[in-house]
Amino acid sequence: MSAAERLQPAVAAAEPLFSARDLTRLYGPDKGCQGVSFDLYPGEVLGIVGESGSGKSTLLSLLSGRCPPDRGAVSYRGRNGQWLDLYSASEAERRTLLRTEWGFVEQNPRDGLRMAVSAGANIGERLMAQGVRHYGELRAAGLDWLSQVEIDPARIDDLPRTFSGGMQQRLQIARNLVSAPRLVFMDEPTGGLDVSVQARLLDLLRGLVRELDLAVVIVTHDLAVARLLADRLMVMRRSRVVEAGLTDQILDDPQHPYSQLLVSSVLQP
Amino acid sequence: MNISTASGACEASAYNFAYLDEQTKRMIRRGLLKAVAIPGYQVPFGGREMPLPYGWGTGGMQLTAAILGADDVLKVIDQGADDTTNAVSIRRFFARTAGVATTERTVEASVIQTRHRIPETPLSAGQIMVYQVPIPEPLRFIEPSEQETRTMHALEDYGVMHVKLYEDIATFGHIATAYAYPVTVDERYVMDPSPIPKFDNPKLDMSPALMLFGAGREKRLYAVPPFTKVVSLDFEDHPFAVQRWDECCAFCGSTESFLDELIVDDAGSKRYVCSDTDYCRQRTEENLQ
Repeated sequence: MSAAERLQPAVAAAEPLFSARDLTRLYGPDKGCQGVSFDLYPGEVLGIVGESGSGKSTLLSLLSGRCPPDRGAVSYRGRNGQWLDLYSASEAERRTLLRTEWGFVEQNPRDGLRMAVSAGANIGERLMAQGVRHYGELRAAGLDWLSQVEIDPARIDDLPRTFSGGMQQRLQIARNLVSAPRLVFMDEPTGGLDVSVQARLLDLLRGLVRELDLAVVIVTHDLAVARLLADRLMVMRRSRVVEAGLTDQILDDPQHPYSQLLVSSVLQP
Repeated sequence: MNISTASGACEASAYNFAYLDEQTKRMIRRGLLKAVAIPGYQVPFGGREMPLPYGWGTGGMQLTAAILGADDVLKVIDQGADDTTNAVSIRRFFARTAGVATTERTVEASVIQTRHRIPETPLSAGQIMVYQVPIPEPLRFIEPSEQETRTMHALEDYGVMHVKLYEDIATFGHIATAYAYPVTVDERYVMDPSPIPKFDNPKLDMSPALMLFGAGREKRLYAVPPFTKVVSLDFEDHPFAVQRWDECCAFCGSTESFLDELIVDDAGSKRYVCSDTDYCRQRTEENLQ
């Protein structure tokens, strides 16, 4: 493959998938997030890192349409190539987007799953919302996705509460990916898990992201997670993005004093 | 139907005609007009205290009181039967406070208040069914927030309704929901047809009678106007089906009607009888002739 051929996909993906402009939502002076702008390209993984209270989660809820911003705009280019301004679109359009082309993986799987219904129903819910009315197809999708996220398909009829924390998190990922989304938001997906389960989940996520060509916005305070998954990083502090760039560049050569502090404070075993 | 505001026919004259005051009845009628205009849509109304506890039919009674006229003939059934405690009490209540004629015969009644059944005798145009509804919101089992369920109705976001049916098939191998089986009304709103058995769901579809639903505790009312399409939710490979019995009614021999199972001795012997007592009696009388 020549160098020109290798560049081809980059040209095709030259138009961004998602764009945020001057996003601001403040709960007090420097509390929340302000002046955030970026473009996200198809298949790209953007990590947002920063200390607790720096506005990471606020930014994520602004991006994912859960909380209207004080100022600024979020727009998304759908499968049909049309740009949609998230907060001027109707609620119906926003909801359709959230359950078809987007996904949201919560930090706590209990918030993202329906705990009272079986794993299969959790996976099938998005399909049913899209109008799939064939039980056999829903069942097949459930079995397929359970095995894709490395859960024993025999547990399809078990309630999520009988699953371990890591399995619940993987079930939540399956539930989001079943509708073949193009953009997934993740809020500390490895937050409450122990280190070995974290590693397995990250491995799985990395595989799925590459395989399905997902664009991901991932919020984390764990630089190792960012290093493993993200192509690009934004470092947040006191509601502002203080540094943004390629992951390796930021982690290996941080420019902003706070990024330097963040990188140097990682414990080396 | 002729809605009378006169209180002359009232037997116990201390009460206004049909117990509720005229302003309350007007308020409920306004709600009913809205409900009929938007089939299946739940209209909030200012529910009043009735002289019996919530869960005993206060919603249905308020609707009945609002629509009752002096020349109406009222029938009240509970579990299909005219002679159960609740049916007898409510029938007597309206006989005393409104002085209306009451009947046990479906064909003679102009207003039929019910909790669990739609009569087996086909309803005709001009008749009104009033249902007592415990939980009017079909989405409640999966979505506890009222704000969220209203948004879901507004946006026709009904995917989760099938989650419940999916769970049934996954657990029992078939759709095991036997009563309060959700329906789509007029291809728009998903509605809980109150605790009627799914056996009665097909009777809602294109019925010539007007169906009114009242939930007293939840203070909601909704309606299915005559000749409205009512479709029970299902899956393509698990279509909607009603209950069937191998037995027939021990009294009238009906194989068509909804049967109640009775344990008749300590050895556990069973007999099956029609749950609709009026229908059963009519058939028994016909058989004797």
